[in-house]
Amino acid sequence: MKDNNKRYWKGLEELNNDPSYLKNKGKEFPADLPRISKSEEEGHSGWERRDFLKMMGFSVAAASLAACEAPVRKAIPYLNKPVDVDPGIANYYASTYLNGGDYCSVLVKTREGRPIKIEGNELSKVTYGGTNAQVQASVLSLYDEERLRGPQAGGTDKSWAELDQEVIAKLNEVAGAGGQIRIVSNTILSPTTLDAIEVFKATFPNTEHVVYDQQSAYGIAKANETSFGSAVIPSYDFGKAQVIVGFDADFLGTWISPLEFSHQYSQNRKVGPKQKSMSRHYHVESNMSLTGANADYRIKVKPSQQGSAVATLYNLIAGKAGAAATSLSNWDNAHLKKAADDLWNNRGSSLVVSGSNDPAVQILVNAINDLLGNYGTTIDLSKPVNFRKGNDEAMNQFIDDVKGGGIGAVVFYNCNPVYDHARGGELSQNLSKVGVKISTNDRADETASLADYIAPDNHYLESWNDAEPKAGNYSLAQPTIAPLFDTRQAQSTLLTWAGNNTTDYYTYLQNSWKTRFFDNQNSELDFQIFWDKAVHDGVMEMSASDAASGGGYTFSADFGAVEQSISSNYKGGSGLELAIYQKVGVGTGSFANNPLVHELPDPVTKVTWDNYVTLSQTDATEMGIEMGEDSTSMVDISVNGTTMKAPAVIQPGQAEGTIGLSIGFGRTKAGKVGNNLGVNAYPAITTLNGTQSFNVTGVTATKTEESYRIARTQTHQTYMDRGFVVQEDVLSEYQKPNWERHHKPKISTWSKEDHSEKPLNLSLWKGHKYDNHHWGMAVDMNSCTGCSACLVACNVENNIPVVGKDEVLMRREMHWLRIDRYYSSSDDAESMRDKENPEANPEVTFQPMMCQHCNNAPCETVCPVAATTHSTEGLNQMAYNRCIGTRYCANNCPYKVRRFNWFKYHDNKQFADFNTAMNTDLGKMVLNPDVVVRSRGVMEKCSLCVQRIQAGKLEAKKNGQRPKDGEITTACAQSCPTNAITFGDMLDANSEISRLLDFKAEDEGKREPQNERAYFVLEEVGVSPNIYYMTKIRNKDKA
Amino acid sequence: MQVVSPVREPLVTSGKTVADVTEDICRQVEGPPTKSWMLGMAISLGALGLGGYAVFMLVWEGIGVWGLNKTVGWAWDITNFVWWVGIGHAGTLISAILLLFRQKWRMSINRAAEAMTIFAVICAAMFPGLHMGRLWLGFYWALPLPNTFGSLWVNFNSPLLWDVFAISTYFTVSLVFWYLGLIPDFATIRDRAKNKVSKMIYGALSFGWDGAAKTWSRYESVSLVLAGLATPLVLSVHTIVSMDFATSVIPGWHTTIFPPYFVAGAIFSGFAMVLTLMLVTRAMFKLEDYVTIEHIELMNIIIIITGSIVGIAYITELFISWYSGVEAEQYAFLNRATGPYWWAYWTMMTCNVISPQLFWIKKIRRSIVATFILSIIVNIGMWFERFVIIVTSLHRDYLPSSWAMFYPTKYDVGVYLFSFGFFFTAFLLFAKFFPVINMAEIKSIIKSTSEKSKVAAEPAQPSTSEINTAE
Repeated sequence: MKDNNKRYWKGLEELNNDPSYLKNKGKEFPADLPRISKSEEEGHSGWERRDFLKMMGFSVAAASLAACEAPVRKAIPYLNKPVDVDPGIANYYASTYLNGGDYCSVLVKTREGRPIKIEGNELSKVTYGGTNAQVQASVLSLYDEERLRGPQAGGTDKSWAELDQEVIAKLNEVAGAGGQIRIVSNTILSPTTLDAIEVFKATFPNTEHVVYDQQSAYGIAKANETSFGSAVIPSYDFGKAQVIVGFDADFLGTWISPLEFSHQYSQNRKVGPKQKSMSRHYHVESNMSLTGANADYRIKVKPSQQGSAVATLYNLIAGKAGAAATSLSNWDNAHLKKAADDLWNNRGSSLVVSGSNDPAVQILVNAINDLLGNYGTTIDLSKPVNFRKGNDEAMNQFIDDVKGGGIGAVVFYNCNPVYDHARGGELSQNLSKVGVKISTNDRADETASLADYIAPDNHYLESWNDAEPKAGNYSLAQPTIAPLFDTRQAQSTLLTWAGNNTTDYYTYLQNSWKTRFFDNQNSELDFQIFWDKAVHDGVMEMSASDAASGGGYTFSADFGAVEQSISSNYKGGSGLELAIYQKVGVGTGSFANNPLVHELPDPVTKVTWDNYVTLSQTDATEMGIEMGEDSTSMVDISVNGTTMKAPAVIQPGQAEGTIGLSIGFGRTKAGKVGNNLGVNAYPAITTLNGTQSFNVTGVTATKTEESYRIARTQTHQTYMDRGFVVQEDVLSEYQKPNWERHHKPKISTWSKEDHSEKPLNLSLWKGHKYDNHHWGMAVDMNSCTGCSACLVACNVENNIPVVGKDEVLMRREMHWLRIDRYYSSSDDAESMRDKENPEANPEVTFQPMMCQHCNNAPCETVCPVAATTHSTEGLNQMAYNRCIGTRYCANNCPYKVRRFNWFKYHDNKQFADFNTAMNTDLGKMVLNPDVVVRSRGVMEKCSLCVQRIQAGKLEAKKNGQRPKDGEITTACAQSCPTNAITFGDMLDANSEISRLLDFKAEDEGKREPQNERAYFVLEEVGVSPNIYYMTKIRNKDKA
Repeated sequence: MQVVSPVREPLVTSGKTVADVTEDICRQVEGPPTKSWMLGMAISLGALGLGGYAVFMLVWEGIGVWGLNKTVGWAWDITNFVWWVGIGHAGTLISAILLLFRQKWRMSINRAAEAMTIFAVICAAMFPGLHMGRLWLGFYWALPLPNTFGSLWVNFNSPLLWDVFAISTYFTVSLVFWYLGLIPDFATIRDRAKNKVSKMIYGALSFGWDGAAKTWSRYESVSLVLAGLATPLVLSVHTIVSMDFATSVIPGWHTTIFPPYFVAGAIFSGFAMVLTLMLVTRAMFKLEDYVTIEHIELMNIIIIITGSIVGIAYITELFISWYSGVEAEQYAFLNRATGPYWWAYWTMMTCNVISPQLFWIKKIRRSIVATFILSIIVNIGMWFERFVIIVTSLHRDYLPSSWAMFYPTKYDVGVYLFSFGFFFTAFLLFAKFFPVINMAEIKSIIKSTSEKSKVAAEPAQPSTSEINTAE
């Protein structure tokens, strides 16, 4: 063909290359088409048919375009792009979460300059990368509409200059007249802030700093002062303890340093082929706390027996140690005796803690730990913690002083004692006696609204700060966004009023670190490098200069006084008693305007949006209280002369003769989300031995005729003996060689000789082939404490709407990840009806439940429009835009994890009061731009954080590598303080999940774990999930 | 013309002649609306309006106005859907299957039964539409239409999609079959019409029917062909509807017995509804001579049979759940009978299994009042059957943590009311403006099975002259 030079031509002109031909060669239509209209022919010029049609077409198009004009939304591009801000790329900044004495070292994820998510900082030696529900929710508080927009004086807006001038004048007036000035705060973990307060005190010498905690641990410090001569709270190490006995100390939930304790605790609870032992945990309490729910043996006591229970344990241990027993009456409790035996057998690797705030009880606890030789091993007095520095006596004195009119000026430094102190009522009545009242609170809350001046502090995400949670462990906080409003850091405010040279807190902090740390270290020569590293890491460890040398403590106690105190204060008795506690979500109430923590179901009761009176089934029956799915009765309780009305919740495991009520509710000036939810329990707190007591005797509770609807996300309490849902065993069995799970389903089939086949081997489907990744997750039910950090993390990461109490009552909460909490039913429950009822003191199992990403997904086959499909990496994915909302997938989901958008939750007045993240411009700043906000009428569910997987894959691709294990993780796994959730690529033989599950090498792709604890929930349904659960093992003697 | 045994009870009583037939049936169409009709229409329109508000709120606010929740994703919506589809079974069964079996007693009831089918299927089709979260997209995304979304296509694995095909096919065939039968009767009305407007309307509706022998022959053949086509559809529609449940993994739904059980239940409820409606129409339009006790008795016998099949199915389900050894399955059925929805289960059992057995007694079978009451009870029972299957299976499935109750809201009731309003409005319009009984077919049996033929005194008039009055 190549040699074929034949040429074809269309005419002679082409053949001859005629110039006239060449000229018009490119024009297909050499002349304009004739378009002579009639009118032109007649000599008229004017409208033609074509012009008319053109005009008409244009007008119609223009008119219709104008009609469907999209609303103008302004997006202003950067004129000069900041160096670190790339649209679409997240930046992470190390910082520190501080809320009173609550602490967490965090990484703040920002997008386009907006903080949108909090993650744990794994470099921290205190929180170990864990977070809790409040930390996760705190990012939404930054965008709280109720925050003050700027300083105020007497309710009117002021400029900072005006305010400073007036306040300084007033303070000088007070100081000049020799008046007393008080700074009231919760625990302040920041040493530099304390320095700033010292500067203030230097300028105004009559100033005292009064520190109180909502949930005080002052009794421990007092007891340690008596026992060891130093008023500190020591470091505890639950990780080194083989036997743990807790008396009313919710150390996994709210006590002292729950994140740290959870991490340590879980280290000894993770059993596996290599570690076949675990710690044993006894818990003695009246309410069913999160910690009690995790205990191996749980002993119910009334608050008034708490002292004698500790004394009994002391006597038992003393008997073994040959020490003198107390004369306190002994309690005959088999579990307590067993606990004593176990403790004694594990001397030096055991731990007894008590949440009591009574120094007498704490002295006995110290004595027990001393006899067991735990000081220096599981308890470290040389490394005291600063989480609770409140002094109950000083606070009481302060309130007395206010009543006496002896205070000239008071600064409420980010605290709200009118609401959250037992004597808040007295304080608010007498606050008018104080000449100058100043608050640095971020909103006009119960206390700040009574103040003459409000100098609002920045949110912690807008602030520079430092913290010293434990002696020698330091932590820096850096702002991740410029202050949204005209607020100023409270430290700067104090420095300004004190007339300090440096009023900018950032400079002040740097200077402080220069003298405090940089000058005392040798590794870095340049301060900027030292500082940058500290800011980058967020944490720093240094041997504290003032820390005393370890060991060498001698225990001493006046047992006579202790005996007398305990025998007079813990008489037992038959009257009803109240145990006041704190919830994991709402906490002390400082988070009351954050809807995420209200919608978070309480890990134990599963109640949202309320506090309530918990009571035992026995007492409820006696009072004639019955609970339906959501109905209950209101109960009148009278405590110390005050009466309150709260709904009743029947709580399995509640000690008979006791009721529980949580603090943190009943706010009146928190904001539209948090106002008037529940009742305020703070006034019920009493004083015992100079410290606050959360246990109140002489309580009466009477049922009223008023009924109440209480919103619970789970109304069925037991797992009905369904081995296909929850698998559990006891340690002694697990330790036997060839241990097998109890429930290993087989399907009868004709095809095999023994007529039984594993469910996964039977399928109609061809299966999926995964060439690149195969994402999977393993959930360890042994290390999951139920704390629910993952749940809030998931909410924030995935823009999950908050739907409010009414919709939760309709059973429509949107949580993609929930934690199922099951109580055990009695062993002798025969009928299914009996199995529905939990035991009086049940065993508790927590089972995080999210989309199982089934390989044979029942949801995928039933969707008529293929809106939910399987990815090539094992994910079951939802295309929201394709969903038409038949809900067939949700019905056919055996795990019931799919959530439907019943209403439009964003930009909807109906939800504006609780779904704050989707209804105002300010709130919307928290939304994750990588995750779409779902419209009404579509289904949604856990995506295994597909946006995070995608981001991780892109990052790896950019670097020309495959993603490394650990680089990609889900929000829930990241947030978990106990690492109960492991996420990873199951095709990667070296990934953590592959190693944990221990896949058989030969049957690649079959995903059959050799770790005997691993199982699928509902294996026999044959849906072949990608989420594995690890059998719950309890360290009990028999099943 | 077949020979009919004189032993059989006559199907048309009171010595009606062919002319009487025309007169009796056309009277309703030509005369002014009766008082009872006006009253019925007012009630129906009221229900339609009230229900219309519920439908509006549902579409405007979202599915959240219903009482559904995270666990129970379907309740009244799909219950109503299956219930209406079931009711829509009798018409085609009567006209198609009974035509093939040459059951002449069908002739006086098939027209109304078919109309009921059409309206019931429309009512049924409302619910899969209205229950969608995004109706405005779903109504066409659920169809395999070429689109601009690239390769996006419907999911042929989904039983909901099969429903779309099954229902639309069934509706189309039923509609064509029904309309075909109406054509000769429309021609009769056209020919009798006194005023121009009705002449024009019925003229258009009758497609220029000329009554020629060839036309009649074609009519007969098409009827037979359509009957042949419709017969498998009667069985397929509810089979496919049952697969919405049978192909799922939910205990109580995942049951191979569903297709035959659903079909039997559908015929059961369909016949009950036909009886309810016919007894009212019969009284309202004084058609006692055409819809006789004989007809009612025969239909009652079908109700006994299908009711008993349904009863056996219920008992089989219970047995199989026990025999399967599957814990969740066992609990699902225990929960149906003894759980929080026990009352729904026992309502279903009483209404569907026990009450039709009363028809073994001849007196009851032939009593109009008893039949009317029982026909309504059967339909209540069949509604509860679907409610029990859907709600009690969903509300307590595998994971006890998600167990929940379903409580209907006023909008659940309102949308159901809307379907009733539509159904009765449409049926009353039909009854007034269309011939409720197939005149042409009835005339064909006047000779052989009416009382008149028994007397055989006078020679029958040539029926063609009556029908074929084409100008």
